[in-house]
Formats: sequence, structure tokens, C-alpha cells
Amino acid sequence: MSKVAGIAVLLAGGLLAATLCFGAPASPSQIPSIFKPESTPADSIFRLSLLVLSITGLIFAVVFSLLVYSVVKYRRRGADDGREPPQVYGSNQVELAWTVIPVLIVLVLFLATARVIHSIQDARKPSGAIEVIAIGHQFWWEFRYPALGVVTANELHVPVSDPADSSPTFITLLSADTDHSFWVPRLAGKTDLIANRVNHTWIDPHETGLYLGQCAQYCGIQHAKMLLRVYVDSREQFDQWVEAERKPAVAGGTAEEGRRIFETTACVNCHAVSGTVANGRFGPDLTHLMSRDTIASGAAPNTPDNLRTWIQDPDSIKPGSLMPAMQLSEKDLDALTAYLETLR
Amino acid sequence: MSSETIALTTIGEAERPIGERLHDWVVTVDHKKLGILYIVYALVFLVVGGIEATILRIQLIVPHNHFVSPEVFNRMMTMHGTTMIFFVAMPILFGFGTYLIPLMIGARDMAFPRLNAFSFWMTAFGGLLLYFSFVGGNGLYGAGNAPDVGWWAYAPLTSRAFSVGHSTDFWTLALLVSGVGSIGTAVNFIATILCMRCPGMTLGKMPLLAWLNFVMGGMVILAVSPLTAAQIMLCIDRYLGGHFFDTQAGGSAVLWMHFFWIFGHPEVYVLIIPAFAFLSEIVPVFSRKPIFGYPVMVAATVCIGFVSLSVWAHHMFTVGMNSYANSFFTITTMAVGVPTGIKIFNWLGTMWGGKIQFRTPMLFCVGFLFQFLIAGLTGIMLGASPFNWQLSGSYFVVAHFHYVIVGGILFALFGAFYYWFPKMSGRMYNEVLGKWHFWLFLIGFHMTFDFMHIPGILGMPRRIYTYEPGRGWEIWNLIVTIGVVFQAAGVIVFVFNLLWSLFKGEPAGNDPWDAWTLEWSTTSPPPEYDFATLPVVKSRRPLWDLKHPEDPDWKYE
Repeated sequence: MSKVAGIAVLLAGGLLAATLCFGAPASPSQIPSIFKPESTPADSIFRLSLLVLSITGLIFAVVFSLLVYSVVKYRRRGADDGREPPQVYGSNQVELAWTVIPVLIVLVLFLATARVIHSIQDARKPSGAIEVIAIGHQFWWEFRYPALGVVTANELHVPVSDPADSSPTFITLLSADTDHSFWVPRLAGKTDLIANRVNHTWIDPHETGLYLGQCAQYCGIQHAKMLLRVYVDSREQFDQWVEAERKPAVAGGTAEEGRRIFETTACVNCHAVSGTVANGRFGPDLTHLMSRDTIASGAAPNTPDNLRTWIQDPDSIKPGSLMPAMQLSEKDLDALTAYLETLR
Repeated sequence: MSSETIALTTIGEAERPIGERLHDWVVTVDHKKLGILYIVYALVFLVVGGIEATILRIQLIVPHNHFVSPEVFNRMMTMHGTTMIFFVAMPILFGFGTYLIPLMIGARDMAFPRLNAFSFWMTAFGGLLLYFSFVGGNGLYGAGNAPDVGWWAYAPLTSRAFSVGHSTDFWTLALLVSGVGSIGTAVNFIATILCMRCPGMTLGKMPLLAWLNFVMGGMVILAVSPLTAAQIMLCIDRYLGGHFFDTQAGGSAVLWMHFFWIFGHPEVYVLIIPAFAFLSEIVPVFSRKPIFGYPVMVAATVCIGFVSLSVWAHHMFTVGMNSYANSFFTITTMAVGVPTGIKIFNWLGTMWGGKIQFRTPMLFCVGFLFQFLIAGLTGIMLGASPFNWQLSGSYFVVAHFHYVIVGGILFALFGAFYYWFPKMSGRMYNEVLGKWHFWLFLIGFHMTFDFMHIPGILGMPRRIYTYEPGRGWEIWNLIVTIGVVFQAAGVIVFVFNLLWSLFKGEPAGNDPWDAWTLEWSTTSPPPEYDFATLPVVKSRRPLWDLKHPEDPDWKYE
């Protein structure tokens, strides 16, 4: 009896906590909940999950009631005569019933699931689709738009997709090193990025806004800070963004000294700035660094102070990241930060 | 059959020097001593793995915590997983099997006593080798470098390009060595069960525990062999210029995943089937009824054994298999739920109409039933591959398999401890402390693992050493970590109860539970030769026949 009470208290506590917490902290749009889908793949999964949850919920209710009933009803009472209960060895009819019913349930679940698998995985690519190549690196994301001539990192921009005139984004997933997984819960389920293998996923977000995700396959020391931001722009905003990203880097202007430092130190071995001698591919493309909200794959906001700290001591933001500490003088650091700030 | 036993005490046991007695334990080939060695060894590692889990949970109690560095966190999560699966769950279940199988089938020892000792020591040295990496492993960050590649050790993270030094080699070799031990034990179980049964015990009259361990043995051979082979391939990759898994030279990362999970999924059943075996012995005795549907239970187990060999790629739904492969592994995964469900119903059928005594072993079994039901249902959710694309690799999965392993296997194991402790030690445990253990652990378990599902649904991936605030994950991680305190308290009560009862417990007698299988017909603890005269049985419950000559089982079976 006390077990039943205990479980009831736990369940009630859980519900209470759930009500308190879903409403309370964090602006709701920042919670990457799989139950708030904003794109067709995530939405089909959400609908399937409702079916699966209701069937499993029903099974739980039935079996749990049977368990509670037998625990309460058939426990040994205080006034027991000490005799053994009737010895029952089994019943073929009952066994048959509780074999056939689960088989039928499994069939229903399988058919519903197979339909969703097919609708997501075998979806046709419409002509208006945006194509993106996402390449996972230890521990950041490279995004290339081959048709649009855009290369960027960590912050994926895609146009909103009007259900009437669909413009989904089809993403080819590659890895430069270890396994990674592309997961933006409100847009689609995860798909891994695996070296020496080509994977695909697609999204068609219905609402503009920022969608958060992160790497979901353990990829090494900084797996935790391989964050992912997807900006869903209106069509006009997206076109403007593409226009800006296609331009080569703004010439150094007031920050010539910083540019000289950038181009004469190890920076250029890993980073590219289009239109300059910097053409490294090992680290993120910095051509339009200042158009991004974050640095270090979402580990810190993109502010001048953070940029400076990142160059001087990356481990203070992201210990174990492959960006080396650059060992520059204070003066050179200031100049270099000033140069990076011109990369709009 | 004979219930007579000769009360025999080893002459002058207490007077012999401690060194000599320890030497006996090291060179023993007695299945009971080896069983206890397995269990004690695994209990030590249970505490070690528990401490590692506690470190993980303290680090995750608040976002951006600095309790440990990412390097240490990654080592802890790798070591926690590897330890708990390979050096706690498997040895402890092998230990119970080694101890109980000969006693329950009326044999005097295992079929191959020396192989039995060899297997134990291989497993033991595997564990020591793994932990030696903490002092001797030379890695990327210097000496004292435990493996940090995750317990799946996915390629190409294990290649020399990404895993410099020797920490990964310790992991590989430890699993290779203990894998040989596991296969030896499995061969021994199968041979013992097939060849050593006492007169009258046909396969259809074997206790379910023996049946289930028989199936488990077959699965170990089929599942551990590919893993062992894969470890050898990984060694070849790392040191002899092989390219099986080396993606930079045309190797396949997915191949490793297949090798790992063709081991990894049957492994789940390798672990849960012995837990089923405990339930199938404990639930009838405390319900005072025979197991409901014995033949169906056997059939369901064999069915699980076969079907579970075809579900491995449900761990790989996110690696980009095509829609047909995903559909295939969806249906096999859901299908394995059917025989598993049948088992739950049969245990309920056993309790139905009985007179249930809620002693500590039975409490743990009821806990098992409740938690395993939920674990099975979340397993169905994860089996629906599109739902899996969201849940896989998240804290939902972590909660799900801890529900299976802690809520299921560990609860059944605790039940088995209390149930067979009187037989192994000759003394009763303390019932009050046993109930304290149960309730503390139950509360801790539910605080930790119920609430752990939620951050997964809210998008929190597993294996991250820290997380960003403002994503709605903080409160859940806090509750999850607080639950650890209750679990730890429960385990402390358990260890104290074991130690205290070992020296101060009431004498248990041969048959404290009024049970029905052969191990209760001999003394507690049993003599070295188990039975003075080999028993002869006529039914599945030989001691029932003996106690109820007017209404024996063999008339109805």
C-alpha cells in the first residue's frame, strides 16, 4: 500500500514540477523542445510521437493497474491460515490472449511508423530548395552554399518555407574528422555526420526566428560546446544576407596594422578571409565574422572583449578547442581584434 | 530425492592461518567460491562506477560548472559506462549463475571447473588492466590517462590521429581479455546445463533460472565474439597499419558501429535475461505459487534470444541508413517487445491469486516489474525510428537504459542478493535495513531517472560536460543530481547490512523461505561437494513434492 502511495506522491510531484518549470524560466522560444516542432520533419515526428505515447500510455495504465491490483489484493493478510494458495500452473487461453493483443499493437505501431519513415526519408527535393553542405569539424560547423557561393560557420541561415510555396533547405552532411550529429530539435530529428560517408537531411521551417541545437554525437573533448544556431529569415532578409555574404571581405581600412598581423602569423594557416591571402580551411571562414552573433561555435557572444580573449587564451572559453593561444603582445592583440571587427 | 544432508564443517577452518585461507580463494576451482569472487569483485567495481557517476552528476548540477575539466568528465563517463557494463553487470550475473546453476540442477560443480577459474581471472585482470590506465596510461594529456572515447569507442575517434597515446589501448585490451573470460563462462554454463543435470531433471523440469542462463550463454557466445574480433581489428588499425575503421584511409566508421552494436544489443539481453531468471525464482516463492506458464516463459526467452540478434541497428537509426533498413529494424525492435511483455504478464499471473509476502527480495521484484514496464515502453518509443531521430543521443536515451539497467537489472540483483544471501553465508540479513535500502534506493532512483527523461525531450544531448543556461534544463539536472544522494544512501545501507549480517546475522537454516528448488535442500552455506547424495527429481519443484506428498507437482506437469 505504501508503495502505491509513494508512487502517487512521486507522480503528483512530477506533474507539479512540470507545470512550474515549463512556464517559469528561460524564454520559451529558446527551449529546443522536440514537442514544439516548426518544420515538417519535426512535425511528422511529433504527430507520430503522440500516437506512440498514447498507445504506450494506455498499455502502462492497464499493466500498472493489474500490478497494483495484484499487489494489494493478493498480499498475505495478518489473519492468514498458513495454508498455501491454490497452485495454478498456467492457462493456454490467457497466454494466447496476451500474445495476440501485443502482436496486433506492434503491427499498428509499425505501419504508422513506416509511413513516417518514408515520408521524411524519401521526400522529393522540390526545385526551389536551398542546398547546403554542412561539414562537422572538431568542434565547429562549416556551412557551404555551393549554388549561392556562400561559406560560413556555426550559424546556419535558411529562408522560411511557406507551406503553400515550399522552399525547404536540403542539407548534405559530411565530416572532416570524427563523428558528429546535426540536431536542431524543433526543425528535424538528428542525422550523423560521418567521415567518408555522405548523409542527408532536410528542413522547411514555417516560422522565422532563431532555433538552437547542438552536436549530438560524442566527437571529442569539446563535444559539449559544439553548439548550433539556425536563423530562419524571411525571404527578403535571407536574400540580403546572401548578398552580403557573397561579397569579399571589406578592405582593412582603419585596421591595416591588424590585417598585417593576421596575414603574417599562423592565423592564415587555418582561417580564410576571401579576397585576401588568408585561405586556410581548418578553422571557420572569417570573411564576415562580424555578421555572426557568437564565436567558438556558440560558446561565447561575439563581442570585442570575447574576441580578444579567444585569440589570447581560447581555453578560458572552450578548453581543449583546437584554436591555439596566439601569444601576441597586448598591442598586437588590440590591433588584430580591431581588424577582425572590420570583417562585416 | 533426498533432502538429507550431512552437516559437515571443514575441519579446523577457523584455526587455519589467514594466508592459507586466502590462498584457497586464489587457487579455488569450486563454483561457489568462484561465484562469490565474481560477486565481491563486481561489488567493488559497482562502488567505483557509482563514484564516477556521482562525479558526472555533480559536474552537471548547474550549467557552466567547473567541478571537473572536460578531459576528466569525458574519462569519467567512458569509465563509468565501461565499468558498469563489463566489470559490474556481467561479472555479477555470471557470479550468481556460477554459484546457483550447479546447485539448482543438482550437480556438484560446473562442467569445467578449471575453465571456470580461468574465466574469472581473465575477467578480473581485464578490470585491473582498465583501471591501471589511471596511473600507467600515457595519453594526450600525459601519464595517468584513462580512456576518454565513450564506452562505444566510435571510430574514427579511436584512431591514432584522434586518440594519441595509449589510453584507448587500455580500453581495447581490457575488453579483449575480459571478453575471452566471458566466452569461457558462457561455454561452461551451456555445457553444465546440458550435461550435469541430476537424474530425473529433463530440460522441461529445469528451474527457469537454469533455462534463462542457458539462453544467456548462447547469446554471450554470439555477441561477445564479434566485439572481441573488433577489438583485434582496432589493434591492427592502431599498430599494424590496418584501415578497417580508419576513415582517413578509406576505412568505415559505420563498420565499427555494426560490430559494436551486434554485440551491444544482444548484450542488453545478456544482462536482463539473468535478471528475468531471478524474478522467475523469487516471485513464485513469495507468492506461494508455481511460475505461471512455465513452457511459455521458456519459449519467450528463446524467442527473445533469437529476435534480439536482429535488432542491433536500432542504435544506429541516426547514421543515415535508408528507409527500408530503418523500417526493418523498427519492426524487429518492436517485435522483441512481445515476448518481453509475455514475461511481465506471466509474473503478474504468478502473483495473481497468491499470498504475497513482502520480504525485501519481493519488494525489489515488484520494483523491477514497475520500472521494467516503463523501460519497455520507452523502448517502444525509441524503436519507432523517426521518434528515435529526436530521442537518440539525448538524455531521454540515457534515462531509458538506466531504467533498464538500474531500475530493472540492479533491482533484480538486489532482490537476488537478499534472497540467496542466507544460502551463501548461512546467516539472515537484517529485514529492517533491507527495507530501508529498498525505499531509499527507490526514491533516489525515481528522482534521478524519472526526471532525466525531460531534458532529453528538451533537446539536451548526452555526454556533454556542461550546458548552456536558459534552455529549460537547469531544474531537471538539479533534481536528477539530488536523487544520487538517496541512491548512495541506499547502497551504503546495503553494504552495511551485508557486512553486519555476515558476522552477526541470525543463522538462516537450510530453507528460510520455504522454497522449492534444490539449492534449499542442502546446508547453508553448502558443503564443497554441494550434495551428499545426488538428488533425484520428478518435477520442477522437487522440494514442493517433498513437503506436500499428498499433492505433488509431478501429477500435473
